[in-house]
Amino acid sequence: MAMDVEILDDPKHHRYVLNMGPQHPSTHGVLRVLLELEGEYAMELLPVLGYGHRCHEKIAEHKPAKSFMPNTARMDYLGALIYNHGFAQLLERATGIEVPERAEYIRVITSELNRIQSHLLWYGAYLLDLGAFTPIMYAFDDREHILDILEDVTGSRLTYCYFRVGGVSKDIDDKFVTSTRAFIDRLRSRFPMYEGLVNGNVILQKRLIDVGELDPKICSRYGITGPLLRGAGVGYDLRKSEPYSIYDRFDFEVPTETKGDCMASFLVRFREMEQSLRIIEQALDSLPEGPVMAAKVPKKLKIPAGDYNSSVEAPRGELSYYLVSDGTDVPYRLKVRTPSYSNLSVIPEMCQGMLLSDVVSAMGALDLVIPEIDR
Amino acid sequence: MELFYSILPELIRIVVCAVCGAVIVFGNALVMGYAERKLAGHIMLRPGPMEVGPHGLYQLVVDGLKLMGKQLVVPLKADKPLFMLAPILAFAPVFVPLLVIPFSDKLQGFDLDVGYLLILAFASINVLAILIGGWGSNNKYSLFGAIRSVAQNVAYEIPMLISALAIIFMTNSFSLKEIAAAQSPVWFIVIQPVAFLIFIVSMVAETNRAPFDLPEAESELTAGFHTEYSGMSFSLFVLGEYANMFIICSVATVFFLGGSSGIPLPYFEYSGIIWFLAKVYFLMFFLVWIRWTYPRTRFDQLMNFCWKYLIPFSLVNLLITVVMVKLL
Repeated sequence: MAMDVEILDDPKHHRYVLNMGPQHPSTHGVLRVLLELEGEYAMELLPVLGYGHRCHEKIAEHKPAKSFMPNTARMDYLGALIYNHGFAQLLERATGIEVPERAEYIRVITSELNRIQSHLLWYGAYLLDLGAFTPIMYAFDDREHILDILEDVTGSRLTYCYFRVGGVSKDIDDKFVTSTRAFIDRLRSRFPMYEGLVNGNVILQKRLIDVGELDPKICSRYGITGPLLRGAGVGYDLRKSEPYSIYDRFDFEVPTETKGDCMASFLVRFREMEQSLRIIEQALDSLPEGPVMAAKVPKKLKIPAGDYNSSVEAPRGELSYYLVSDGTDVPYRLKVRTPSYSNLSVIPEMCQGMLLSDVVSAMGALDLVIPEIDR
Repeated sequence: MELFYSILPELIRIVVCAVCGAVIVFGNALVMGYAERKLAGHIMLRPGPMEVGPHGLYQLVVDGLKLMGKQLVVPLKADKPLFMLAPILAFAPVFVPLLVIPFSDKLQGFDLDVGYLLILAFASINVLAILIGGWGSNNKYSLFGAIRSVAQNVAYEIPMLISALAIIFMTNSFSLKEIAAAQSPVWFIVIQPVAFLIFIVSMVAETNRAPFDLPEAESELTAGFHTEYSGMSFSLFVLGEYANMFIICSVATVFFLGGSSGIPLPYFEYSGIIWFLAKVYFLMFFLVWIRWTYPRTRFDQLMNFCWKYLIPFSLVNLLITVVMVKLL
């Protein structure tokens, strides 16, 4: 009898392990989380990584840096152009190649379209996690327009390889400009519908408000960036705080919230789409004429020996490339700092003591793209 | 010989009832399966099934054939007898409540004095089936779904019964036929709007439909209690769910929407059944509509909503009704 009491007193005795993933509807890809549950409360969480590892960083050490561009698109399939952008910028910084004005504008326009596309997919998939099946179809309806626009100019729909060292591979045409303008009007007219149908819904608010609160301290401890950090009240956006490319020429805001819960990052992402539209509009208005590729880009791009860094604001946070060169055209080492990896690492602390349903909403709020974590 | 002649009409009656019950259950599943997919499609800006037959009309027939041809996979270490019993237990009891539902003034299997109690009793067996299925599957997600289902169904049966009790006090009868007949001038939805609202909310929870589909909750529990089921054992659960929807919507129609009453149509003699089915399928459409519109609630919120709001409100409603009945 005495032993029985002892077992019952031990809180761990009631616990059992639930394996969520790698095949689970709301882990979106091959993320696996081990949950130690007490009833329906998750007491301990352990993310298990590595199911989608493809050795991108090692591949980079084995081929000329220029030909690593397609790999960048495969890391984050939703922000492929922004990953292109960071890498192109890295090599341009390393070799001192100047990018023509028009190419910079095209980069900004297509990158922002890519960001909206990523946010729209997150919007639909997140609501799908919360059990609303319909919004994803509406979001995909809008997203389809972006994919069509980008397909016309880049040739692919998901894993773009459009940017080159010194510019972009193909100039945009009038059709691109008119269809992008039409898309801006369309998406603007759809925002009130999304707000009315989804953002204002009582069930949704009950599911998101006060769930998974993050404060700036936790964010800095785990290196959380992107909408989660901005939702916690820190207006840190590389496009504003460390303007790269030509982002300093545009007038846009960095939306922030104060609470840091799932609703905060939800609203931040939603408003970011509107700000991206503003950037695209301004860029289209002031689009200069000229070449889209730098005049002299050597075929064999020798990178001077040294360390180089380039950071861009990806849809999920800060993306950094760090390159160490020994003077050849093949990098000695390339380190990619992807935002989802850092954002994921907060899960054990963020979700401790949560209900299983809240774990799903908190994980959705992180907006994880698994190939970016396991690169 | 005399005995034979006295039993014969009853025998025919039983056979006819059984055949009609089967027709209703399977016909309803076909109609609702198709309607749900089409409606979901149109709500989601897509056409829904289009390939098999005109506008995908035969899709459900083909799906049924496919499901019948599928292997019944029993998971390793599952409790096989319980695992196989659960779908049968989910499906078999739905025939009995159909007997007491008054489809029109004349069309009713048996007019029982305790019709509503019979329906409640047999509709509750569904919970047992889900619990057995979830337990027997030897899967943690299934078990979660089963536990949720039991808590949810037991909780929501209370406000459902109490809101219906208000009507029963007014009509002084458990017989569905008398309740339907008692609303000849005004439907009870006008007199008892609060009870109607509570009944509808409990109805959604009782049938495990979104936004209260916690036992299935595919984004959390993969597929909840029927995660491990395949082929016909899975489709029995679906058949049972649609039949339960039909039964519970029929009860709502009888209690609040005047049963088979309505403006006489050109086919005067049969207008009752047409009106009845129209009302039932309107309620079913409503269930489908909200399923594809709202996100899912969280389990604790669902239970709080029942215990903190629905039950007190239904009790107050019942109290007021009883006092009014006594006074008038």
